[in-house]
Amino acid sequence: MSDLATYNFAYLDEQTKRMIRRAILKAIAIPGYQVPFASREMPMPYGWGTGGVQITASIIGPDDVLKVIDQGADDTTNAVSIRAFFAKVANVAVTTHTHDASIIQTRHRIPEKTLLEGQVLVYQVPIPEPLRFLEPRETETRTMHALEEYGLMHVKLYEDIALNGHIATTYAYPVKVAGRYVMDPSPIPKFDNPKMHLSEALQLFGAGREKRIYAIPPHTAVVSLDFEDHPFEVQTFDRPCALCGAEDVYLDEVILDDKGGRMFVCSDTDHCEERRACGCVGELGVKQEAAE
Amino acid sequence: MTDTPLFKVNGVSKFYGARTGCADVSFELYPGEVLAIVGESGSGKTTLLNCVSTRLPPSAGSVEYRMRDGQFRDLYRMSEAERRFLMRTDWGFVHQNPADGLRMTVSAGANAGERLMAIGQRHYGNIRSTAAEWLERVEISIDRIDDQPRAFSGGMRQRLQIARNLITGPRLVFMDEPTGGLDVSVQARLLDLIRSLVNDLGLAVIIVTHDLAVARLLSHRMMVMRNGRVIESGLTDRVLDDPREPYTQLLVSSILQV
Repeated sequence: MSDLATYNFAYLDEQTKRMIRRAILKAIAIPGYQVPFASREMPMPYGWGTGGVQITASIIGPDDVLKVIDQGADDTTNAVSIRAFFAKVANVAVTTHTHDASIIQTRHRIPEKTLLEGQVLVYQVPIPEPLRFLEPRETETRTMHALEEYGLMHVKLYEDIALNGHIATTYAYPVKVAGRYVMDPSPIPKFDNPKMHLSEALQLFGAGREKRIYAIPPHTAVVSLDFEDHPFEVQTFDRPCALCGAEDVYLDEVILDDKGGRMFVCSDTDHCEERRACGCVGELGVKQEAAE
Repeated sequence: MTDTPLFKVNGVSKFYGARTGCADVSFELYPGEVLAIVGESGSGKTTLLNCVSTRLPPSAGSVEYRMRDGQFRDLYRMSEAERRFLMRTDWGFVHQNPADGLRMTVSAGANAGERLMAIGQRHYGNIRSTAAEWLERVEISIDRIDDQPRAFSGGMRQRLQIARNLITGPRLVFMDEPTGGLDVSVQARLLDLIRSLVNDLGLAVIIVTHDLAVARLLSHRMMVMRNGRVIESGLTDRVLDDPREPYTQLLVSSILQV
């Protein structure tokens, strides 16, 4: 097979993986700092997770078990194709179960189940710079990070309160990592922000188009920015998941018909399925027989 | 005014290749004093202002500032972090074009309050009330606090810029043609406002202008620049009423009479 000569484990060539691993090590050493790296072209468009895929390709080994989620779901196009991609190019085991996975690549969510030591959460990041929409100059934002000038971040939150009466930022909510760098946690809902704080899992962030990698090492303090008189708070939902009855989880709104019918279900599909398998049932759910 | 200067400039020069921006300028500024730098376009006024306000490193010379602890520090020997901290606490800079000094896409209140947040204030209510106080002081009505400056007139933008700079109680303010581009009635009110604020707060001001009337109204002392050099300096009234250099005489006699 002449294909063998050009095949390399996990798609990227070894030199590229080394380069990305060096960037990851630096990112872990300086929590929250955006490390530039030589992002490669991937067989997918920018914005579909090229940064996350490059990180996953660089850290994955033959014994790893990979889970990929998109907005919390294992069965959306992006999640399915990235999972199939690694099953093909790295021949690794894949799973949808959060607790079975050693690497979880994610877009826009952190799984509901608490991540444990040894697990790695890889985020796909569109815009890594939290100050970008306030200060368009890269030279200036870098200086601001270097000198720890983060007053501008609060200008954004001030603006939220002035216009809406409360902090209206609901996703990509800025955090301060290890008391030093202000970081954009990628567009996860702020509901997930507290899960980053002192997490046992390693969290890696890859932005392919913007060519930046950053990280939160395990057991690192991650604090969401706020005002003394307008403290950080997460979204709350006034009802449980319609399928599994879970409370204190992040819910998606699903339109059922064109007559205003709607239901709210867990955005984390694995979490929802697991609960239903155990016999939990919500108001629109169907009782399942518990597995033997 | 006290006996110790606030600001000492010694032999500052700036060269752009073979061309001269400004050459060998020295002066001292005392607390509460307003110094006007006048001259025609291209005479090096703005280059000098940028050099002494750390916005443009000079080719030669030193700029010293008396910190709050009474010690003189050479601005260009400070770390960048210290310099930037100084610029947003103890100093102000009022640009000719308000769009350069304001964030046009955030509200007036946030513009005014930004410096407070930059020095670590984290109480929304306090920041907002201080910002409101300052807007009132510069005659911007309180119901405009949540409007963006792009919805403001030129005069209002300039007043907002002044409020934004003064909110941290600076001791030294640089102004680059603060009334340029405003019509005369708006200009008159702005000058009135600047004058009363300077008096009330005891600010030291370095103001660059080509408008001798503005210099006469605001400043105690003035320097006349030509081709990058200071050719004449002295009390404002003396320079304007009894100019010694031929060029200053020409400048003074060029003022249009109504």
